[in-house]
Amino acid sequence: MAELAPKTAGWRSHGRTRRSTRTVRVRTSAVVVAAVLLAVLVVPPLANLDQQAVDLSMKLRPPSLAHPFGTDDVGRDLLLRCVYGLRVSLLVGLVAALAATIIGTAVGAAAAAFGGWTDRVVMRLVDTFSSVPHLLLGIFVVAMFRPGVWPVIVSVALTHWLSTARIVRSEVLSLRSRPYIDAAVSGGASRWRVAVRHLLPGVLPQAGLAAVLMVPHAMWHESALSFLGLGLPTHQASLGNLVQSARGSLLAGDWWPTLFPGLLLIVPTLAIAGLAGAWRERINPRRRSELML
Amino acid sequence: MLELDAITAGYERGAPVVRDAHLTVAAGEAVGLLGPSGCGKSTLARVAALLHRPDAGTVTLDGSRVTGWRHRAPRGQRTAIGVVFQQPRLSADPRLSLRDLIAEPLRATGRRDEAAATVRELSRATGLGDDLLGRRPHEVSDGQLQRACLARALVLRPRWLVCDEMTAMLDASTTAALVAVVETYRRESGAGLLAVGHDRVLLERWCDRTLRWDEVAAA
Repeated sequence: MAELAPKTAGWRSHGRTRRSTRTVRVRTSAVVVAAVLLAVLVVPPLANLDQQAVDLSMKLRPPSLAHPFGTDDVGRDLLLRCVYGLRVSLLVGLVAALAATIIGTAVGAAAAAFGGWTDRVVMRLVDTFSSVPHLLLGIFVVAMFRPGVWPVIVSVALTHWLSTARIVRSEVLSLRSRPYIDAAVSGGASRWRVAVRHLLPGVLPQAGLAAVLMVPHAMWHESALSFLGLGLPTHQASLGNLVQSARGSLLAGDWWPTLFPGLLLIVPTLAIAGLAGAWRERINPRRRSELML
Repeated sequence: MLELDAITAGYERGAPVVRDAHLTVAAGEAVGLLGPSGCGKSTLARVAALLHRPDAGTVTLDGSRVTGWRHRAPRGQRTAIGVVFQQPRLSADPRLSLRDLIAEPLRATGRRDEAAATVRELSRATGLGDDLLGRRPHEVSDGQLQRACLARALVLRPRWLVCDEMTAMLDASTTAALVAVVETYRRESGAGLLAVGHDRVLLERWCDRTLRWDEVAAA
């Protein structure tokens, strides 16, 4: 039989020299995300400044060298406030997206694994919750707690696992009917082994992608809740709170307290969505990338 | 004895794909099953391999009646039947290297320590070079992958083999090589074979007896 072994010495793997799909958008997104992470992680411990320091003699100054983003209505430095705000918003976004993905993956995988009535009941529940606007449901959840970071995270996580559950369920159903699962069953693999060894690794890329796409979404929800005065306590800098407290001064013609937090909300979320979009194109080239904010 | 009696099977209620099929494979015997595309022979093969629960009928394996399919079948019964499918691409987990692919049944049944030696022996028998074993399914050809799938089916030394259109995607020389591997294994182990296909010439040369689909099941 040995002489039938194919001669493949000249064959080379294409894995390393894969063509570059990095467009301008991906590069810009990567730079922005890196800058945001750097700012958020490095500035607060390094700049030994108090973001809450009030200086009433300096209130509502336009951007200058000393205060590049200007100051707010009690004279706090807006650049520092924005960095702290971005930090809180990003943290809420990341934790909420992670929690929502874990819940969604567990529910979706369980629905697909058990099938039958469990599947039907769970997915109809998912449909029911999906039919209510996220924000409304989120407000309902935060209204039950005192303002703080955790209620916002819980609220966003509890309203955002639905789409992940759908994605994971359909992915598991599609994987489960493939012949290689049949082969594993025939090879003596237990249910648990089939799930952990064959199904989970197949689902993880999709679930991970859903998690990243959800980060901007969660950040916007945090800001929306804070803007409505239902999210984080008003003294805590978050992008939503900053925009909310700047409303009054905007009417007086002071544009900077609204513009900079607004930009810091829009630009990083677009950058994260841009990176996730590129990732999605790589996983599934057939699907056109679109912003899913 | 692998005995399928009055099997009716399908995927939707009220619309069976296989109706009233009877098929017997004696120990050590090679039975070919000929049928046109879409007649239900793959479904019958899946029933015989305990991978698809029939709507009606009984399967008897080595004298004991089968009461559960897939995970509901005891592991000893499931692993007594080795299966090779038509499309190697779909029947190999894309994340496993060929070495892991072949060793997977040993690991799944808690015989991890035998894996290295058995994989070496089987890869030699199926004509897979050492450099191929480290590659993943997308890095090898259909023929090479089907060799690995056959090795995986043989790794637990099953008493029965079900080959569902095993060679339909392959060229003549690979077909001859894989059939030779199956026949060598059967000579050594005395395993029975159910070979499903549409290639009359191949099945008649390969098997002790070849049945047409209309002799096995109701149309």
